[in-house]
Amino acid sequence: MRALDRKLWRDLWLMKGQAVAIGLVILCGVATYIMFIAILDSLRATRADYYSHNRFADVFVSLKRAPEGLRRQIEAIPGVTRVETRVVAGVNIDVEGFAEPVTGLIVAVPDEGYQPLNTLYMRSGRYVEPYRADEVIVSEAFAEAHGFTPGDRLAAVINGRRQSLTIVGTALSPEYIHQLRPGGIFPDYKRYGVMWMGRKALGNALDMDGAFNDIVLELAVGASEHDVIDRLDRLLDRYGGLGAYGREDQRSHRFLDEEFGQLDMMSKMFPVIFLGVAAFLLNVVITRLVGLQREQIAIMKAFGYGNATVTWHYLKLVLVVVLFGVAGGIASGAWLAHLMGTIYMEFFRFPYLTFTLNAHVLSEATLASMGAGALGTLLAVRRAAALKPAEAMQPAPPARYRESWPERLGLRRWLSPSNRMILRHIGRRPFKSAVTVCGIAVACGITMTGHFQKDTVGYMLDVQYGMSQREDISLVFTEPTSYRARYELAALPGVRRVEVQRSVPVELRNGHLSYRTAIRGMQPGGDLQRLLDAELRPIELPSSGVILTDYLAEMLGVRPGDRLTVEVLEGGRPVREAIVAGVVKEYLGVSAYMELGALNRFMREGPAISGAWLAVSDGDELARLYRALKDMPRVAGVALRRQEIRNFNKTMNESLLFYTFVAMIFSVIIAFGVVYNSARIALTERSRELASLRVLGFTRGEISYILLGELGLLTVIALPLGLYTGRLLCWMIAHNLQNDLYRIPLILQPNTYAFAVTVVIAAAVVSGLVVRRRLDQLDLIGVLKTKE
Amino acid sequence: MNPAVVFQARGLTKVYHMGEVEVHALCGIDLDLYQGEFVVLLGPSGSGKSTLLNILGGLDTPTGGRVMYGERELTRYDDAELTAYRREHVGFVFQFYNLIPSLTARENVALVTDIARNPMSADEALRLVDLGERLNHFPAQLSGGEQQRVAIARAVAKRPAVLLCDEPTGALDVATGIKVLEVIERVNREIGTTTIIITHNVVIAGMADRVIHLSNGLIQSEERNASRVAPARLSW
Repeated sequence: MRALDRKLWRDLWLMKGQAVAIGLVILCGVATYIMFIAILDSLRATRADYYSHNRFADVFVSLKRAPEGLRRQIEAIPGVTRVETRVVAGVNIDVEGFAEPVTGLIVAVPDEGYQPLNTLYMRSGRYVEPYRADEVIVSEAFAEAHGFTPGDRLAAVINGRRQSLTIVGTALSPEYIHQLRPGGIFPDYKRYGVMWMGRKALGNALDMDGAFNDIVLELAVGASEHDVIDRLDRLLDRYGGLGAYGREDQRSHRFLDEEFGQLDMMSKMFPVIFLGVAAFLLNVVITRLVGLQREQIAIMKAFGYGNATVTWHYLKLVLVVVLFGVAGGIASGAWLAHLMGTIYMEFFRFPYLTFTLNAHVLSEATLASMGAGALGTLLAVRRAAALKPAEAMQPAPPARYRESWPERLGLRRWLSPSNRMILRHIGRRPFKSAVTVCGIAVACGITMTGHFQKDTVGYMLDVQYGMSQREDISLVFTEPTSYRARYELAALPGVRRVEVQRSVPVELRNGHLSYRTAIRGMQPGGDLQRLLDAELRPIELPSSGVILTDYLAEMLGVRPGDRLTVEVLEGGRPVREAIVAGVVKEYLGVSAYMELGALNRFMREGPAISGAWLAVSDGDELARLYRALKDMPRVAGVALRRQEIRNFNKTMNESLLFYTFVAMIFSVIIAFGVVYNSARIALTERSRELASLRVLGFTRGEISYILLGELGLLTVIALPLGLYTGRLLCWMIAHNLQNDLYRIPLILQPNTYAFAVTVVIAAAVVSGLVVRRRLDQLDLIGVLKTKE
Repeated sequence: MNPAVVFQARGLTKVYHMGEVEVHALCGIDLDLYQGEFVVLLGPSGSGKSTLLNILGGLDTPTGGRVMYGERELTRYDDAELTAYRREHVGFVFQFYNLIPSLTARENVALVTDIARNPMSADEALRLVDLGERLNHFPAQLSGGEQQRVAIARAVAKRPAVLLCDEPTGALDVATGIKVLEVIERVNREIGTTTIIITHNVVIAGMADRVIHLSNGLIQSEERNASRVAPARLSW
């Protein structure tokens, strides 16, 4: 090994603590990047693979009913390569030993066994036998939630008729990777299940023999989805078509896309922060190291080493630290991605996860880190390399100090000499102090992002289920029903209050902007479901006009008072105009609302309802109520509010805990890296001064105060800035997650601020203690013998 | 009658372990130092004079032997007691001044007067070293001689029982060095502080009451000057 390289390793050994601290920050940057990109690439690759193997359809449409003969015409649409017509229906499921209502979806599969599209991925058991009306395949998640295995039995109310069914197999489908009850927010595999039954049998059960109510299509490569959808809609118009849509509007696919978008954003945001901090730290540490080695540099140059050699020498030192961080980052990133993978597999029911870590991701991470490290270092090294040897061999000029601004403001006499030393030292190196403050602030901010999701989702739930949807049970009828159903429901055991609603599927249009949703007719003066304004105050429904979710109004470019075209997607499919009467605040989904009577008038129909909300009393009557609801053939879907909240807590906690934990670890590393490095540098720079003080009779505690007091003060300054940084980071996350499925408000609870502050202070205290130990080993005599 | 004994050292030894080599810095020193005395310790590098000074000043502990400071045994002090001892009783002056760069001249002195029990005021101490003018200057704005005088003011402001100076003129030119020595001499004369200077510079010995020669960790010889030479009359 050349002597210069040996020097490199020794220098590294001497600064091992700092090198490790910086290496860890780089590790975090690389790890977050690798983690997000790897899981994103893996999920994308898995989805693509799964879609192509199981022939996930390109276009979807539901309709009222069409004869099988229509299929030919659909196949004839240019660009369509494969067509599957099928029947799909909502069902009430009765699971023995499980009192609460369970709803689900039953989808027909071809009796012949060959599934042209959305092929099931069988996980256990077998495919249904042709024409058997008592066999179903159930989704694996639903089976797992209830502990079903092939051979187990359950009952389902299909089209008002109760049927006893045998589970013959469990399966996954590319159509239901993300499985949600309509209107649900979080998966609830216990109370919502997907089942598949032979086409013939299900057709019979639904009175759809020789007919269908759902179509999935595959398109040729390069075919225009838009054109196909257009033709399809025109074709299905007279069969009650509900409007065809492509993959990007398919619910499960859409949720995955949103999740991928979020991962993509995170993979851009966090690594930049970490690498930025690491570059700053490297700059500060190397500036100091080069400062200490002025004389050595001068001697090397006096012996004939060129500037390039000297520069390369220090760059190598930095690169060793960077590569240590990169290697560790790749390993931990891959490991974290695996952990995330297992969490995602709970949410997204993929048959497998193809773990993908592309070589270009690794080289990007390596190059970005090396770039950040080199950039942070080049300046310091160039300055040292540019020194004339004779100049560099002179000791550095004495440090220049001046009075700090609090002293100049007249606070001087209130400040002890120790405090003055602290202030003046901060003022002498404003850039370094600022870097320390920024680093700590970033650490504080990152901790907050870990808690933000919990805060904001908790708040959304509070608003959704505490202020807006206050019913205990919501139920949907199989089709619009007479208003009298209301009295039937009120007579059920335990029901305290009933409010009814009507839901009409519509397409809202304003010029070229359009959105497909439902107008919900709500009872005036309702208490179980309330609409809230921007300040979350309940609003009264106007006697005419339509009220929109604020985000929907934005999407459609309308404001209160504007006109909107409403195309009704059921019955005679009338197209009418409505006035936007107002907007309401909603975080989940987007919707349109009208007063129930006004909606019925708008539809030019008598009083009809399609669902109801119940408030019920707790106790024994609840089980009887559940029983009664299960026996009501016209009730298609039942949701329990309490259960929705429990679902959230159960399913989200796991993943949130993971995020919080990772964010906390990483912010501790940043805080430690920044504070520890600052403390170590301060210690090297000031050991002589501190030793002099010890000689003068200052105690260890007193000199520790001078050294660590500075860091304490910088930490205190950094904290409010950090809380602000945290808000900003959370705002960036929230701002990037606005879509029609959900809008994330910027909500941060006091706990989150307190937690971030605690984490940062703890990290600062630990780094302080580590440095404090070194203060105890100050060489009092040696330091007085040498001129710095 | 002899003035009171300030320090009494008996059988003082100090061994440094430098890797596998043992360095015997002090090999059995017996020494008494008296109240108000001005002592110059002379000797070549490695003779043990700095080690002796450091032990007397409570910066280091001997390997063997003992040191009495007045009635108390300095060599039994623990770290906290040594800190308190330095804080209350000892003034140090070093070759490289060791001022705190972030504090002005006055504040450097105040640093000591703030924690001492019966100090003079910082201004008074600075007047004593003829630095009444540049009180609010930072070390970087002062010449070497001025910095050393601030260091002396800082050392004597607590009215220490003993002033220990390690090569106080080592980094200064002749004229400045003499000015600094005048200040040390005046402090010794006016306040009666026991003063010990270690130096390579034989000329300085002329201003001492007593001159002690060290070599190889032992006292080689001791002489008493009949009269002290004023620093202004020294030259080297």
